[in-house]
Amino acid sequence: MDKMDKFLRVHNGERVNRSAIPHLSFHEFRNELLAFTVAGGQVVQFFAYRDNKDSSSLKLLAVLRNDKLYVTGCDAPDSFASLTAVTEKFHLFEREIGEQYGLKAEGHPWWKMVRYHRNCTGKADVFGNDYSEDIPGKYPYFEVEGEGVHEVAVGPVHAGIIEPGHFRFQCFGERVFHLEIQLGYQQRGVEYLLQTVPLKRLPIIGETVAGDTSIGHGLCMAQGIEALAGLEVDQGAKVVRTLALELERIANHIGDLGALSLDVAFSPPAAYFGRIRGDYLNLSQILGGNRFGRGLVRPGGVTQSMGEEQRQLIQEKITELTPEVEHVNDLIFSTPSVRTRFDHTGKVSQQDAERIGMVGYAGRACGLPYDARVAFPTECYADLPANSNGKIDGDVASRADVRREEVMHSTGLINTLLARSEEARTYTPQDIRLAPDSFVVTVNEAWRGEASHCILTDEQGNILRYKIKDPSFHNWTGLALALREQGISDFPLCNKSFNLSYCGFDL
Amino acid sequence: MLTILKVIKNRFEQGHRTSKYPEENINLYKRFRGLPIVNTNCDPAVVQQCAAACPQEAIDTDSCQIDLGKCVFCGLCESLSKGKYVRFSQNFEMGTAARNDLLFAVSLPNLANHSKKHFKKLFGRSLQLRQISAGGCNACEADTNVLNTPFFDLSRFGIQFVASPRHADGIHVTGPISKNMQQALLTTWEAVPDPKVVIASGACAISGGPFYGSEDIVGDLNSLIPVDLYIPGCPPHPLTTLHALLQFFK
Repeated sequence: MDKMDKFLRVHNGERVNRSAIPHLSFHEFRNELLAFTVAGGQVVQFFAYRDNKDSSSLKLLAVLRNDKLYVTGCDAPDSFASLTAVTEKFHLFEREIGEQYGLKAEGHPWWKMVRYHRNCTGKADVFGNDYSEDIPGKYPYFEVEGEGVHEVAVGPVHAGIIEPGHFRFQCFGERVFHLEIQLGYQQRGVEYLLQTVPLKRLPIIGETVAGDTSIGHGLCMAQGIEALAGLEVDQGAKVVRTLALELERIANHIGDLGALSLDVAFSPPAAYFGRIRGDYLNLSQILGGNRFGRGLVRPGGVTQSMGEEQRQLIQEKITELTPEVEHVNDLIFSTPSVRTRFDHTGKVSQQDAERIGMVGYAGRACGLPYDARVAFPTECYADLPANSNGKIDGDVASRADVRREEVMHSTGLINTLLARSEEARTYTPQDIRLAPDSFVVTVNEAWRGEASHCILTDEQGNILRYKIKDPSFHNWTGLALALREQGISDFPLCNKSFNLSYCGFDL
Repeated sequence: MLTILKVIKNRFEQGHRTSKYPEENINLYKRFRGLPIVNTNCDPAVVQQCAAACPQEAIDTDSCQIDLGKCVFCGLCESLSKGKYVRFSQNFEMGTAARNDLLFAVSLPNLANHSKKHFKKLFGRSLQLRQISAGGCNACEADTNVLNTPFFDLSRFGIQFVASPRHADGIHVTGPISKNMQQALLTTWEAVPDPKVVIASGACAISGGPFYGSEDIVGDLNSLIPVDLYIPGCPPHPLTTLHALLQFFK
C-alpha cells in the first residue's frame, strides 16, 4: 500500500481501516480532487456518509482512478464551492450528495434533483422540491425559445416493454438542440435498504440493482463482503464467476445489436439475434439455474460448481452459436442501408467523453480505452487477454462495432475458461461478520462498463454506508450529448446504441 | 456478396425456430428452479433453519408453506435442507388467479379453471396488453419482451404488447411500484378502456420482491388496483408467463 500524503492508494476489493484514509480539510480535499481530475484522473465514487449511525456529522469520501485507485476524505460542510464548476467529472456526484444528504454545492452550473426523494438528514431540501407532489413535480427543464422552436416530451411510460424515464427534447423542426433526461421513476431506496436490512438479504438485493447486470453488481457486492469478512474464493469459483460475467456481456451485446438493426428497419438480424440472445441466457441457466445468473454468485464463492456435464453443454452450444453470430453480424455490418444510418450518427467527441467520464463500451467507442478488467482485474481477468477496439469515432457505428468485437473477444475468453480444469468446491452458506471500522471499494467491468460498490462499516462491524455506482451514472450524460444536432428520429437508434440502465441509475 | 444473398443465406442457416409449445412440452435444464416440491413432513427444525435463513422471509414454519409471491427462487432452502424440505422442480407452470393460492405447499389450483369466464370470452381470441415497468429491474421486462422473439412468437396466439393504453385490454405490471411511478402507473391504468385485466408479474409486483420493507415502494400492486392474474418468479421464466397467459385467457 503506497501512502501519498493526501490520498491512500487502495487495491480493488482490498479492505482497509477507515482510520488509514487521509482526513483532509475541505479546502485541501477540494484542491486535491480538482488537481487529480484536471490531470486526467476520473471519479469512481464520490459520496457523503454519516460518521456513525447516531451522529449528525457528515463526511465526504472520494475514490479516484488513474491507472491506480485512490481514496481520500474530509468533513462535509453544509455548503461548499462546487467542484463541477471547475470540471464536469463531479456533475452528477455533487447533485446526488445534495439530494441524499442535503449538502449544497454552491455555484454548481446544473443544480437539479437526481432521483426525486427527501434527503436522509432532515435538512431543508436543497432543490426546493415539495415531495408531497408526485414526480415530475416542480422541475425546471431547460428551455429553448424562439420562432420555430418546439419541445417534445416523452415518458415516463414509453412505447415498449422498457423501464420508465422522462425525456425533453428542444427541437427546431426535426433537429434536436438539446435533450434533457430526467430519471428517478425507478428509485427503490436500494442503498438505504442495504444499510438497514439483515446481511442475508444483501445478495438478493445486489442481484436486482439492475437485472441485466445481475452478475456485474452481484460480483461487486460479493467481493466487497468477502474483503470485509475475510472470505477466500477458490479458483474454480472464480472461473465460474468470470464465465458468468462474460455470458452476461455477450447476451446483452447480441440483444442490442439485433435491436439496433431493427431501429434502422432491417428486421432479419433482429429476429435472429433476438433468438440467439435467449440461447446465451439459457447458458447462464445451465450454469446456475437462472437466465440472468441469479442465485449463483454469493460471498465466498458460487452456489453451483461447473461439472463436466455443464462444461460440455456450454462448449457445444458456444461452438454451434459462434459461426451464426459471425454471419448475422456480417449481415448487419455489410448492409449499406445499415451503415448509412450508423455512421456519423450520435457522435460524442473523445474530449467530451473524457470530460464527463464516460466508461465501458460507450467510452471505448470514443477512444477512452479504460476497461476495468484490464486496469483493476478481479476473478480470473489477470490471466486473460484484453480486447482493444479499432473504431473510435464516438458514433453509433463505433458503439456497435465495439460490441461486435467484444462478443467475439468474450467468446474467446469463455473458450479459455472452459478449458480450465479447476472445479469450484461445494458452497456452504456461512454466518459472516464484517470487520469493524473498515472500508472497501470494488470495481468490475460489467457489460455496460465500470460498476462499483463501496462499503463502510462502523465500530461494531455493521454497514454504515453502502454506495453503488452503475456505469449508467456516467453515461446518461453521454446520450444527452450524442443527441445534439441530430434528427429527433434518430433518438431510438442513439438510445439503443448506449442502452443505459434506468434502475441501475435510480437505485 | 449482395445483401439479399446474405439475407437468404442467413435465413437458411437460421431455419424455423418457433417452439411447438403448448402442443409439445418443453423440458428445462435440471438446474432451473421452478415450482418447488415441498416436504410437509419435514423435521420442523430443518424448516425453521430454512425459514430463518430465507432472505425473502417466504417460509411459514407452521404450515411448511412457501409464499411463491415473495420467493425469488434463489435455491438457498434446497441447499440448506439438502433437499429434505424443498426441492425445486423444472415445472415452470406457476401462474395463479388469487394471491392466496401462491401460499404453496402441495399443488397449485388449475389456472384455466379459475380464470374469469368473461375474460376468456372477451380476450380469448385477441389480447392486447400495455406493459408498465414500475421500479422493475429490467429482468422481468426483458424476459417478457423475449416472448416476441421467434422461439416463443407470442403473436401466434393473438396476444400482443401495444404502445398505447387506449389500444389495450389490460396492463401487465412489473417492479415493486416505486412511489415515483405510482401516479404514472395509475394514470396508464385509468387510460385503458373497461373491461380490463390487471396482471402482476414477478415477485416485486406481487410483494415488493427483494425490496420489501423499503419506504420508497408500494410493494403490492393489489393494494392499489385489483389484480386478476399473478405470475411469480424473479424474474418469471418466459414460459411461466406464456403458460399463465394461455391458461388464463385461452
